[in-house]
Amino acid sequence: MSVTKTTYNDKVVRQFAVMTVIWGIVGMLVGVIIAAQLVWPELNIGWLHFGRLRALHTNAVIFAFGGSALFATSYWVVQRTNHTRLWGGPLIPFTFWGWQVVILLAAITLPLGITQAKEYAELEWPIDILITLVWVSYAVVFFGTIAKRTVSHIYVANWFFGAFIIAVALLHLVNSAAVPITLTKSYSAYSGVQDAMIQWWYGHNAVGFFLTAGFLGMMYYFVPKQAGRPVYSYRLSVVHFWALIFTYMWAGPHHLHYTALPDWTQSVGMVFSLILLAPSWGGMINGIMTLSGAWHKLRDDPILKFLITSLSFYGMSTFEGPMMAIKTVNALSHYTDWTVGHVHSGALGWVAMVSIGSIYYLLPKLFGKTEMYSTKLVTTHFWIATIGTVLYIASMWIAGVMQGLMWRAVNVDGTLAYSFVESVKGSYPFWAIRWLGGVLFLSGMLIMAYNMFKTMAGGKIQDVPVNAAVAHHA
Amino acid sequence: MDINDLRSLMTVLGLLCFLGIVGWAYGKSSKKGFEEAANLPFVGDDDLDETKKTSHPR
Repeated sequence: MSVTKTTYNDKVVRQFAVMTVIWGIVGMLVGVIIAAQLVWPELNIGWLHFGRLRALHTNAVIFAFGGSALFATSYWVVQRTNHTRLWGGPLIPFTFWGWQVVILLAAITLPLGITQAKEYAELEWPIDILITLVWVSYAVVFFGTIAKRTVSHIYVANWFFGAFIIAVALLHLVNSAAVPITLTKSYSAYSGVQDAMIQWWYGHNAVGFFLTAGFLGMMYYFVPKQAGRPVYSYRLSVVHFWALIFTYMWAGPHHLHYTALPDWTQSVGMVFSLILLAPSWGGMINGIMTLSGAWHKLRDDPILKFLITSLSFYGMSTFEGPMMAIKTVNALSHYTDWTVGHVHSGALGWVAMVSIGSIYYLLPKLFGKTEMYSTKLVTTHFWIATIGTVLYIASMWIAGVMQGLMWRAVNVDGTLAYSFVESVKGSYPFWAIRWLGGVLFLSGMLIMAYNMFKTMAGGKIQDVPVNAAVAHHA
Repeated sequence: MDINDLRSLMTVLGLLCFLGIVGWAYGKSSKKGFEEAANLPFVGDDDLDETKKTSHPR
């Protein structure tokens, strides 16, 4: 051992944390634009029409914003809980720059209409190969760091991050299998109903592992840290982990109710979606109850407000999801804005809020400050984001149920009571409210960016020595 | 034996495996290790709340 102490590698955490905020603004701005395009159709101009931008929005918020948040937090957590420096040499900066190139390529190709036309897996095959290289490097760095840990236990947050990394690699490789025709065009290796099932096996597990397991990793570290007490029940966290692993993989068919997919497969998907309620709520309760006995901290700690509210939205959307997976409920909800509302209850309320809370926790520590430039602005951000989310999901519930009821309504002679365009007309006011909710959420992110740059200004970036506390060494 | 028997067997084994994990997680033997693991984020720093130094196994 050299005389100089080993330090944590926080450079890559810093890079990903800042880009989380930047990509959050970009992705949500595109979301606000496409929400406006639904209210004011004349905004659909050239390449920038809804059909092209919608994929850009989903890719930007999920993979650029969410992805950067996951990279930042997992790299922080894996070092802090394993008491060791990030391992992997040049692979570490490669994961950052490689991921940024993937995002830029997405921003160029999607508006040009270059797409594999698979939801959440639109990017064409050369970009898919780059994603694979970045992802394998990520896995090598993450598991390599765990392998050289100086403590005996692997803290539960790492289990969730690890499962997220492995599952996303598996999903990406299988669903993106394609036959390239030219540099910008390929055809899926699958066809027909198998293609549909593989796509939604991918799609739902992208929700389950990218948008859930990874962010639960955040929850299991940042909630205890911010609350200043260990997680409510470590036993429950272990059962929570394995229950999610055993059930999530089977839930995909609920995206294909009443399609050519065999009936038994639809039923399996429905039953496993219902089972998922148990581990989801177990995890939510575990997170919220960590605050048990310290509820007063919620009153004046806006970071804790973000984290705990995100868990409330996680509970709401993981209750709503299983309900919508029931075939009879799905007959009403499918293809309506109810689905869009459900997704955003998870995406804004859970994923974005837990990320925002975690990034607020990290920023001062990363830039040599004790707290954010303005805690007041964090509180403002929290309320704007919460009101925005509630406006968004409430308007989509109303619009969705209205659309579902209008589409299924029949006259006594069996003809449809409404034409499709009548349901579009009825949806307008709710689409305007949804747009407003999105504008509020985006405004919150702009406040966050201001607060972030003010926190960064004049901060001394210092390398932090690796935790040397002799704690149950292996 | 039909391939579907094997599939059923896998499902049953999967369930038994999960129940085994639950039994292990709530068993006595894992209590101490879990307590150590739960405190890992706090080892060597001072942001642990004074009122709650250890996690109680539930």
